[in-house]
Amino acid sequence: MNAPLRRVGVVAMVLFGLLFANLNFVQWHKANDYRTSQYNGRVQVAEYDRQRGVIEVSGKPGAQSNSTDDNLKFLRVYPYKAEFAHVIGYKPVNGEATGIEYIENEFLAGTSDQLFADRLRDLWSNEKTPGGNVVTTLSLRAQQTAYKELLNNANNAKVGSVVALDPTTGAVLAMVSTPSYDPNVLVGHDTTAANRAYDRLAADPSQPLLNRAVKETYAPGSIFKVIDSAAALERGYTMNTSIPAGSSYTAPGTTHAIKNAAPSICPEAQVTLIEALTESCNTGFAQLGVALGPQAITDTAEAFGFGDDSLRVGQLGKDNGILVAPSQVGRLTTDSGGPDQPIIAQTAIGQADARVTPMQAALMAATVANGGVQMQPYLIQQLLGPDRTTSYGIAAPHKLRDVCSSSVAQSLQAMMVSVVENGTGKKAQIDGYVVGGKTGTAQNAENAKDHGWFIGFAMKDGKPLVAVAVLLANAGSGGSGEAARIGGQVMKAVIADRGGK
Amino acid sequence: MTAAAVSPPVAAPPAAGKRARRARRTELILLVLGMIVVVGYLAAAEANLLGTITPDFWVPAGILGVIYGGMHLVIRLRAPYADPVILPVVATLNSLGVVFLRRLDLGGVKTGERADYSILAGEGGRQLLWTAIAVTMAAVLLWFLTDHRTISRYAWTLGFVGIILMMLPAILPRRFSEVNGAKLWIKVGSFSIQPGEFAKLMLASFFAYYLVRKREVLALASKRVLGIDFPRGRDLGPILAVWVLSLVVLVFEKDLGTALLYFGLFIVMLYIATERVSWLLIGLILFFGGAFLAYFLGKLIGGPFANFYDRANIWLDPFSGDRAYNEGYQLVQSLLGLGTGGLFGTGPGAGSPGQVPEVHNDFVFAGMGEEIGLIGLTALLCLYLLIVVRGLKAALGVRDSFGKLLAGGLAFTLGLQVFVIVGGVSRLIPLTGQTTPFLSAGGSSLMANWLLVAILLRVSDAARAPLGAPGGMIRPPASTPPPGRAPVGTAAAPAGTRRNAPTPQPTPGTPSAPPAVSPGVPAPLPGTAEQPIIGGDVDPNAETEMIDSPSRPKENP
Repeated sequence: MNAPLRRVGVVAMVLFGLLFANLNFVQWHKANDYRTSQYNGRVQVAEYDRQRGVIEVSGKPGAQSNSTDDNLKFLRVYPYKAEFAHVIGYKPVNGEATGIEYIENEFLAGTSDQLFADRLRDLWSNEKTPGGNVVTTLSLRAQQTAYKELLNNANNAKVGSVVALDPTTGAVLAMVSTPSYDPNVLVGHDTTAANRAYDRLAADPSQPLLNRAVKETYAPGSIFKVIDSAAALERGYTMNTSIPAGSSYTAPGTTHAIKNAAPSICPEAQVTLIEALTESCNTGFAQLGVALGPQAITDTAEAFGFGDDSLRVGQLGKDNGILVAPSQVGRLTTDSGGPDQPIIAQTAIGQADARVTPMQAALMAATVANGGVQMQPYLIQQLLGPDRTTSYGIAAPHKLRDVCSSSVAQSLQAMMVSVVENGTGKKAQIDGYVVGGKTGTAQNAENAKDHGWFIGFAMKDGKPLVAVAVLLANAGSGGSGEAARIGGQVMKAVIADRGGK
Repeated sequence: MTAAAVSPPVAAPPAAGKRARRARRTELILLVLGMIVVVGYLAAAEANLLGTITPDFWVPAGILGVIYGGMHLVIRLRAPYADPVILPVVATLNSLGVVFLRRLDLGGVKTGERADYSILAGEGGRQLLWTAIAVTMAAVLLWFLTDHRTISRYAWTLGFVGIILMMLPAILPRRFSEVNGAKLWIKVGSFSIQPGEFAKLMLASFFAYYLVRKREVLALASKRVLGIDFPRGRDLGPILAVWVLSLVVLVFEKDLGTALLYFGLFIVMLYIATERVSWLLIGLILFFGGAFLAYFLGKLIGGPFANFYDRANIWLDPFSGDRAYNEGYQLVQSLLGLGTGGLFGTGPGAGSPGQVPEVHNDFVFAGMGEEIGLIGLTALLCLYLLIVVRGLKAALGVRDSFGKLLAGGLAFTLGLQVFVIVGGVSRLIPLTGQTTPFLSAGGSSLMANWLLVAILLRVSDAARAPLGAPGGMIRPPASTPPPGRAPVGTAAAPAGTRRNAPTPQPTPGTPSAPPAVSPGVPAPLPGTAEQPIIGGDVDPNAETEMIDSPSRPKENP
């Protein structure tokens, strides 16, 4: 019996050899795959071992991590819930972060190269230093005002957006999109519940997860007339140059007549450019567009940032910001290359294929307010170390592009101020400040209500303080007026937040 | 068996006693070394989990050391020649299991409360208690079972009870028997046992007895195909019976591992007994055929086969689709734990074994793998292999067929069980609900495996003891020697010459007068007559003994 016993010993060794070989496969060959697998909860446990940094809004935490008794030691909390949901974003237990949580993920998590020294300290202290803190450019009051006003707009529009910028720096002061959502439900440690909440939001037809401020484009309507005006001023027009108007205009090559919003608007055959903008004269701008030609309109629009598909809003000097969807003018020429006049006429009043994001609309107003210089928009003001004193960089604002000469910009300012003081944008007025703006009403799909738009800026002593864009999608009649009112409120909030300066 | 047996001890004691003492000293040293490893593990675990090492971090290792020290004393008194490696290796494995469970307990409470966590609390404390009970049982068995052949007297009883225990969970309603989809338990209130663990021992004992009796018949070859002798068709009965039995287990207890275990045990013992490779081939073909059949039946008709079909699919691709979050969750988490550990592991206490479900039980190997890495797991595998090899060595050394079969079968089963569960959690084979011997939480498994160790110790004592040595509990095998072979026990001299020595004395041609012929060899014949275990034919048996004998001097230098 000894020979088989020995062979059984060999069999046992072979079996153990198989185990050993397979363990090598699992623990060596596949180790990295398994270690970083999306199913591996340890990745999260390690991540939640370190307190994630605070995202600050006007000196208050817009996102913070509170310690728990859980396996995951910290719970991410968003005190302002839906108000900052799109811009601050959220950091779920499983999956990728969004918004600022995404942009500054490494710094907040404490894993960025910048925080290497802090991690080194952990080795001695046996504690996990929290992640770095992020100071945003956002104004708490402006953001809250914008969200509240959008939510309670008089036109009962469900979908809207507000973007407020500091024209001189490009700092984003408010970025709101409605409908919004409570990010707290997406970051709970019960990942099943969090996934369910996400699925519900993702399936919601009103698309609450969509950041409409930067990700969605809308027909601009009459706010596009600012582009027409700039194109005209660049080409020798002054704000007092008379342009043909009238109660109706039918472009060559079409039977579709363009009319004004009301018979009382520019029925005269000729109006000045400033009058046309103040009253939002459709027939005047349609004819102006046709007169200027496709190249002038496209060039000017692109000078303002239309067609830019690489604009990102985040930390200056880093290229991982929130990508802004490109705004577009649409094609203004026919197949043979000549001007497509019916389309140009429509585009000049912000219809046809023209589309803008609320961010692009705000940039237009900011550029005008800033004397024709468009500043790179950004969200991150400063990175602070875990101790909140060591600075890891303050934003250094820089020019994005020269859009137009300062004289053209000054004329545009005057024309837009006229809109708020004498024309369609009166509801945006702020006592003691010079406010300029432009309203817009954009037809979109058939049987859908018009979008209401307002873009504008506030100045004091010739110095621009804030620029804003407000969109009330499908707001219907009176939407642009309501948008102007909200724009005024938001700008007022920004000014108040800064102590009037 | 008197005169021949009694005469040699006079010469044996000094050398034999010295050998016994040396063996026991080795055992003690190895035991201490093992406990040092455990103390190191405890220190590392506390440093990682508490951030500091408490003054009494070593206490669990101390308690365990005392328990094993007791076992060591029992071995000194009752099995002084036993293999000195088995106890320390088993003790080290068992202790690592206990302290790993304690580490899991600590991981489950808040950091601040960990320092005050009682040694007797939680799963770790319970395992410590079970260890004490299991080792005590092993000590008692070793104390009273002075000769392993005694077991063969109860073979039929053991076999009967073993089959009952094996089948019981399959017959019982689900709520009394099912844990995690496998019906391997008997649950009464909060008390539950895994009868299969004990059935394993009992069936091995029965198989050993049965095969010793039937080996000649089963070894008969009828056909030679491709150079391999195949048995006669009518002799296939027993193997078919066990095959059907294990398929019943597979289907009704929903457990491939257990089926593989019983079947493997039987096939290997059959092979050891008959030395016919054909039995191994038939066994492998039957088993894999059965498994494939179950898989396709599960695919086609589901029903009782569905569970096996599901498990096979999880094994084939645990990550596919939603499976990683649902039915494949356990295996996926096990693999991720092993992978996270990598080559060196995170260090005791520094990983998150709690991520793996059932980590204190079926998945203890994966849980430990995260923290001790490939290196540590390889060391554990080596420890297991050492037990298996030492068990087989005892089987090689022992003189009686029953002891050979019993020790060989038990040692191999232990290895096979490790293969089934470790292969399962590392996705070498489909995962089944086996315990990891000596590591998994739970009393049944610990007790059964410690009893197994006691038997191996007993057999190894018999194997290593000089014949007739007073310290050794073994007597000259009552069953073994054919008449002429009795003097072999006096060792040293080659068997062949000894065998020839008495034979010339009978006068050729006068076989009818044996009593008168050899006064020096008194009455060996009655002994042969009452050899129930060995079976009638002397010849093949004598040959095996011839093979055994020359190896003896080599083993006892």
